[in-house]
Order: sequence, then structure tokens, then C-alpha cells
Amino acid sequence: MSQPEVLQQSFELGFTYTRSVGPVVGRFLTELRNRNIVGIKASDGRVVVPPMEYDPDTAEELSEFVEVGQEGEIVSFAWVKEPREAHPMDRPFAWAMIRLDGADVPMIHCVAANAESDVATGARVKAVWADETIGFITDIRCFELA
Amino acid sequence: MTDIAIVAYQQTDAVSDAGAVNEVELIIPVLGRVFEQAGLTNSQDVDFVCSGSCDYLQGAAFAFVLGVDALGAVPPIKESHVEMDAAWALYESILKIRMGHAESALVYGFGKSSPGELPIVLSQQLDPYYLAPQWIDAISLAALQARQMLDQGLVSERDMAEVVARSRNNALNNPHAQLAGEVSVDDVLAEDTYVSPLRKADCCPVSDGASAMIIATVEKAEEWGKPYAVISGIDHRIETHNLGMRDLTDSLSTRQAAEGAGMGQGRVDVAELYAPFSHQEIILTRALGLGEETSINPSGGVLAGNMMMASGLSRVGEVFDRIVSGEAERGIAHATSGPCLQHNLVTVLEKA
Repeated sequence: MSQPEVLQQSFELGFTYTRSVGPVVGRFLTELRNRNIVGIKASDGRVVVPPMEYDPDTAEELSEFVEVGQEGEIVSFAWVKEPREAHPMDRPFAWAMIRLDGADVPMIHCVAANAESDVATGARVKAVWADETIGFITDIRCFELA
Repeated sequence: MTDIAIVAYQQTDAVSDAGAVNEVELIIPVLGRVFEQAGLTNSQDVDFVCSGSCDYLQGAAFAFVLGVDALGAVPPIKESHVEMDAAWALYESILKIRMGHAESALVYGFGKSSPGELPIVLSQQLDPYYLAPQWIDAISLAALQARQMLDQGLVSERDMAEVVARSRNNALNNPHAQLAGEVSVDDVLAEDTYVSPLRKADCCPVSDGASAMIIATVEKAEEWGKPYAVISGIDHRIETHNLGMRDLTDSLSTRQAAEGAGMGQGRVDVAELYAPFSHQEIILTRALGLGEETSINPSGGVLAGNMMMASGLSRVGEVFDRIVSGEAERGIAHATSGPCLQHNLVTVLEKA
């Protein structure tokens, strides 16, 4: 028996609705639009960036915002040799966990670099802003080596 | 507490692309075989049915409802679904039986990952504000975790390659495996990196497939007269979705689940661990404190074939098979969900 032909149809996976982001995520995204980065103090005083609404250990509602630096240190990284179509860059780049100055908890974002050997754990990086900021995590276009 | 028995387990081969076969067509043959193994005819012969699948794989809301077509739900049956691996459908079924609402249950899981770009599809299940808009894929997240392990000297690339080599060799005895072969540690290390520090061999393959299990009270299993294994414990725990706040080099939730399931109350002859990346098998082995007396992933584990939404249930099935065959007396099965081992379930199985 011959194999039946597979029907093909392109499909865009995505959220087809908008949501209100609330006072914590909303504050962070609004600050990004203004090219500032803020974190929030967790129950134990650690500064978490991006801010979380609730403390994962105590479930306490968090509300104390702290402005943090736009530079930081790479805590870990993954080097992407062949970017996927959906990825934010079309040439090799790194995903990294970055602990911003003044923050205790690293955030995940991409790092532009020419070669894997240029990136290292402990390397200093700084945020690069998008030409137009709209209140989205991608307002930080990427980080680059400082 | 009601003792619960596993009476039957079946799965498809893990294949990279099931072609034109749809989800229902993946499930039907497995259900036929699992009913036959238990000496039953169809879903009318069990009190409850629960499935595990992921609508993101099919790219449509409520796509899992189509899976019910495989059951033949007329006359009406009691049916439920988890948007999780079918290991959690097993958990729900156990609760149902322990509450006295059922004496038997069919559990099944299925996933056809091949039509999409799985690592990117999974990116859309991450934090919708901070991570999903960046389209960070599941492999890159695991690579961030592996780098932390390597940087801290908790593993070496050779340790990771040893996990891969053992998986490929063990999988030679697993007729359902997608990747098997006489692969050496040096063969793996000779490979170039893929998403550095991971090599492609450190990552589980993308697989299509389904698995199914029938469980019942021990009384019911005795009545059916089929060989069975007893589930002596099951528990699951989850960690925060904020990857920066977790210790990615350990798996606290796995350890807690194992304690909750009573793993430490006896010897562990066999452990099937759901580790989609080589370094994660090392994290899990250490978190569970498994030693020399335990055979780890004799099936090859999911590095040999990862049927999304069915592989966690398959870990339980693999241990069940080994207990019923007499190869082991007591074992554990682990299932995971989410990036970098976020959510973990441990089941303890014992000889009847």
C-alpha cells in the first residue's frame, strides 16, 4: 500500500489576544519603554529581575521595586551556532543568564558576540536598546560585551 | 490505603516522523494491545480513563478531545485529561481509585511532535512576558543548565558522554528505541558542539509515539488473573518558573517527590529517569542518591527516544515490565515537565 500524501498547511502559533499585565509586570515593562530596568525585592531581600509578583518560597506578595544597572555579569551562557528562524538574531549569538548590577537573581536574554570564544562566564555585558521601545521584554534588543 | 496494581503496559516505537498517521491512529493500536494484555475488550471494561497530551504540539486548543475518538466513548465513559505527560494522568487515575470512585483505569499518553519545530513550540509554554517573546528554545535552556554544571566542576563533558554512550548501548535491547548503537564515549566526544556546551548526542531526539497502561485495585488485578506490579508510592513536586531563582545544578523537587513516594524504604533495583539531556540524568541520579545497586535507564531512557507526553508514563511502564519479568523486585520511575527539570514526579513500584 502506498503512503497517503501528507496534507500541509502553514500555521502561526501565537496568542491571539491581549492581556492586562498588572502592577508588577506592567511596571517593569513600562520602565523598559523608558529605557530603565527595575527589579523587585523578594521576601529575603534578594533583588529579582525581571520582577515577580509573588515570592516563590514564601508566596508573599512583592511590591518593593528597585532600579538596577544596565550592565551586569554573565552567570551562564549557551552558544547558538545556527539560529532558528524564531530566534532574535540571524547570526550566531549566545543566550545567557545575566546578573545585572544591583540584582541578585540572573535574568535570561540574548548576547550579541562575534564568536563563542568572546563569551565567558563572568564576562561583563551591557544592555542594547531597541530603536523604538514599546513596553516589551524585547525593548532590550540584546546585550553586548561591555 | 487501597493498593494499586499495574496490570498492562504497551507503547509504540519511538519514531522521528510518523508520517500521515494522525494522533488517533497512533493511539488505537496501542490501546488494542494493552486491552489484550489485560484480558479486556475495550474502554467499557475499565471504570475510568485518563490521558496526557499537549495541545501546543497539535497547535490547536482542545485538540486533545480528538484523542477520545480512539476510545469509542459510546455508551458514555468516565474520562479525564491532563495537559501534561501521561505520568500525571496515572497520578490522577490513582487518586480516582484511592477515593473509591473507580476500581480500574486506562491511562494513555500521545504526542506527534514531528510536524512542528518542537524546541520552539515549547518556548511558547514559558513565562509569557519575560521568556516566550524571546523564543528561547528548550535546548538552549538546558545548555545554560549544563554550562553551570561544567563551570562548577560538577560534571565533565566526558561524564555527559558516558551517559549518552550507555543510553545508546542499552537501547540495543529496546525494540522501541529510536537511537541505539554500539557508541563509545570517545565517539560522542568526537562530535562537534550543537548548542554549546551541548552536543546533539546530549539531547534527546524528537519522537512521535504513544503509550498506554491499565491499572486496577490489587483485588481487581487478582480477579483478572494477570501478572502485576504494585505501585507503593507516587508523589510530584514543582519548583518556581523563574529559572534564575532555582539551583539548576540540583533537583530539589525530585528529591522531595522521592521522599513523598517512599523511595528510601527499600532497595532500588532499577530506575527509569526522564532526563531529556545527558547532564540531567546525572543531576537526577545525585538528587535521588542512587548508587551502584541500581540499574539506571536500562531501556536507554529518553535519549534513545522521547515521545512527548508519553515518555513519563513509559518510564513507569519500563519498570513495570522489569518487575513482572522477574528482572527486578523494586524500582522507581521518574517523570519531568517544564524547562530544566522544573516539575518532577516519582513512582515507586514493587513486586506483587
